[in-house]
Amino acid sequence: MPHINASKTKPNYDVIIVGSGAAGGQTAYTLSMEGVKVLMLEAGRDYDPVRETPMFNTSERAPLRGASTPDKPFGYYDATIDGGWKVPGEPYTNASKRPEDEFFWWRTRMLGGRTNHWGRISLRNGPYDFKPYSRDGLGFDWPISYEDLAPYYDRVESLIGVFGSNESMENTPNSPEGILLLPPKARAAELYARKHGKKLGIPIVPIHRAVLSTRLNSKKIPRWLHPNNPRAQEILAKEMDLRMACFWATMCGRGCSIKANYQSTTVHLPPALATGNLDIITNAMARTVETDSSGRATGVNFVDKTTGLDYSVKGRIVVLAAGALESVRIMLNSQSIHHPGGIGNSSGKVGKYIMDTVGGHVTGQIPALENIPPHNEVGAGGSHVYAPWWLYKEQHAGKLDFPRGYHIEMQGSRGETSIGSFDSLEGLTKGSYGNRLKKEARRYYGSHVGYAGRGEMIPNDDCFAEIDPQVKDKWGIPVLKFHWKWAEPEIRQAAHMHKTFAELIVAQGGTVTSKIDPTGKQAIYNGGQIIHEVGGTIMGGNPKNSVTNQFSQTWDVPNLFITDGGPFCSNADKNPTLTIMALAWRASDYMMDEMKKGNI
Amino acid sequence: MKQEFTSKRLDRRAAIKWMLAATAVVPFIDAKSFGKTEPLQVGYGTDPNLMTGEVPWDRIMTPEQLRTTTVLADIILPHASKESPSASEVKVPDFMDEWISAPYENQMADRKIIVEGLAWIDSESQRRYAKDFHQLDLAQQNSICDDICYPPDTRPEYQFGAKFFSKFRNLTLGGYYTTDIGMKDVGYVGNVPLASFEGPPPEVLKKLGIEKAPW
Repeated sequence: MPHINASKTKPNYDVIIVGSGAAGGQTAYTLSMEGVKVLMLEAGRDYDPVRETPMFNTSERAPLRGASTPDKPFGYYDATIDGGWKVPGEPYTNASKRPEDEFFWWRTRMLGGRTNHWGRISLRNGPYDFKPYSRDGLGFDWPISYEDLAPYYDRVESLIGVFGSNESMENTPNSPEGILLLPPKARAAELYARKHGKKLGIPIVPIHRAVLSTRLNSKKIPRWLHPNNPRAQEILAKEMDLRMACFWATMCGRGCSIKANYQSTTVHLPPALATGNLDIITNAMARTVETDSSGRATGVNFVDKTTGLDYSVKGRIVVLAAGALESVRIMLNSQSIHHPGGIGNSSGKVGKYIMDTVGGHVTGQIPALENIPPHNEVGAGGSHVYAPWWLYKEQHAGKLDFPRGYHIEMQGSRGETSIGSFDSLEGLTKGSYGNRLKKEARRYYGSHVGYAGRGEMIPNDDCFAEIDPQVKDKWGIPVLKFHWKWAEPEIRQAAHMHKTFAELIVAQGGTVTSKIDPTGKQAIYNGGQIIHEVGGTIMGGNPKNSVTNQFSQTWDVPNLFITDGGPFCSNADKNPTLTIMALAWRASDYMMDEMKKGNI
Repeated sequence: MKQEFTSKRLDRRAAIKWMLAATAVVPFIDAKSFGKTEPLQVGYGTDPNLMTGEVPWDRIMTPEQLRTTTVLADIILPHASKESPSASEVKVPDFMDEWISAPYENQMADRKIIVEGLAWIDSESQRRYAKDFHQLDLAQQNSICDDICYPPDTRPEYQFGAKFFSKFRNLTLGGYYTTDIGMKDVGYVGNVPLASFEGPPPEVLKKLGIEKAPW
């Protein structure tokens, strides 16, 4: 019985994993497929996307037509359960009272975590992204290079299924032939932006997203991923065959009952469970990593949210995959004689260098997109194109006033309408009502575009998390207090986004409909709002100034690993999820090697 | 003045509910309270049954308010054809009632504007024609709407009416075009499984001056 309740654990596991999202899912998959006995703890409830996804439910059948509310911040049909920037009973605090320094922390309490609703954008870090300090003297180099991680990117992309194309662009790696699935055709607004982006030198190309544009090859991939392991091959082939190709309807953020996109609950956990090597306890909120008299990790203490009772589970290895900041919290709360400042924190770096992605957004209205003949543009339930950072050379030559790049995610299509979709009609039609308003609604529907910049943030000393000495959550667990301050490089980058997106809209003959901020200070989103938080337990080559080694193994405690975004040394503009999974796979391989060698 | 509009239309039960909800929501209004205070245990909660889409709160509009809402919504989006019915034919007034009755901060702010605005438009009708809004003929109704339908051109004495009309029109549009019928009317095509995604048809590419799809 794979899903167990808190009182039914085995006396000992090889590995205890805290968290079930991209990091926990990948770690559990890699280990259990190779015979390692794993126990996974998830703080939220069990969740079954096949049964629970409201695939074809229309807005008319949702309260408030599906609009965002404090209970469901991304809308009623968003897959997130018990989550958001506020989680009932689980507060956090901010050190600064200044609104611009406020950090927002998104959590999702459900099996599979944020992978159930995420945008599925799956971009590889490039070679520069692992050696940023060497390139421009800012931030930190990673102790690994692109070549170290490339084989794991190959594996993750093959396992989860990613569509996209190889464009051979600078610092935007190609995948080996045959790994990426065919990219879906671009939509009207995407094509129009592409056409006019060219004039500005902005390259608009197929995006990479973890959506099956075609079914995965269940004969070839399992054999390649699990050589000499027929049982793993058989299990994976069977699970792959249960995944359908995208049928070009419904939004990915709802989750996918036909398993056409990646979420941990449809891709990682089913095969892992099928091995019989994985037990999962949901509603298990981790408090601390427990240690023995030598300071080694022995297991995890957690509270069973259904009964309020505390339990301890034992494992040879403990893996924190709770999300970068939740893992920081667990470590800082795990204090003992050996680990007075929290487990793994002899460097004092646990909680330091937390990063998010720089976000900037501009909207516009494009007359050329008015009165387009109705046609189906739902597609893969999210973007089909993006613009990878295109100004590496100019930046390196010192022609820009900010050091790191961003990519552009493009919004604009004849997608499903929502409350607010037509708020602009008052201005566009100078206040019309009556039958004319209906004609205007048809005319303008689909003519609005939005461009979202997603840029690299350089780690800085002002952005860190610590334990709030006063505040505890409803389980009595001390909470995190955030310190946040955007630095000049990020603010200037956000200003560049605004300027560029406005130019892109004007180049299409359009009108900018949101405020352009030339200073960047208003343009930049608050820390945490892009929900790409990484860092806090950075990896490095030196135990004095980093928390883990290159295999995400803590320097202080050899049997404690962190496989979420915590060990990131930088936060490239590339969305972090694919890199989290690649690092988790690599760390899991290393764990198995070390166990075999008897080192752990 | 505003108080008077409110008490004229809200029955006691609704008024008490509104007052209680308004009191309860106060800590929520401070944006700094993000992550620091408990969300209110109201509304459909953080784990609703997405399949049933149940609306747990009661509607608060009085029959009089619903009648005025119906008339005004149908002036904004009238019946044009079988494919393009009026706002009330797709139950926009019921949606409006659901919306303003919801116990969330944004909706409660809208509730204040809508409830006070519905009272205002009757009061304005009375002032001009000695009748309530629903009793006016279309030309009379339009004469009021014309004075409040575009805030930049609105005379100072009608600013409140214009603010109300903006909100009411946006909710009418949102309510109408999020129905299955409204989506179809506006030209949304989707929510059907396809064997393949072909991108824009040739006539769309042609209109955009794109010779052929790049991939």
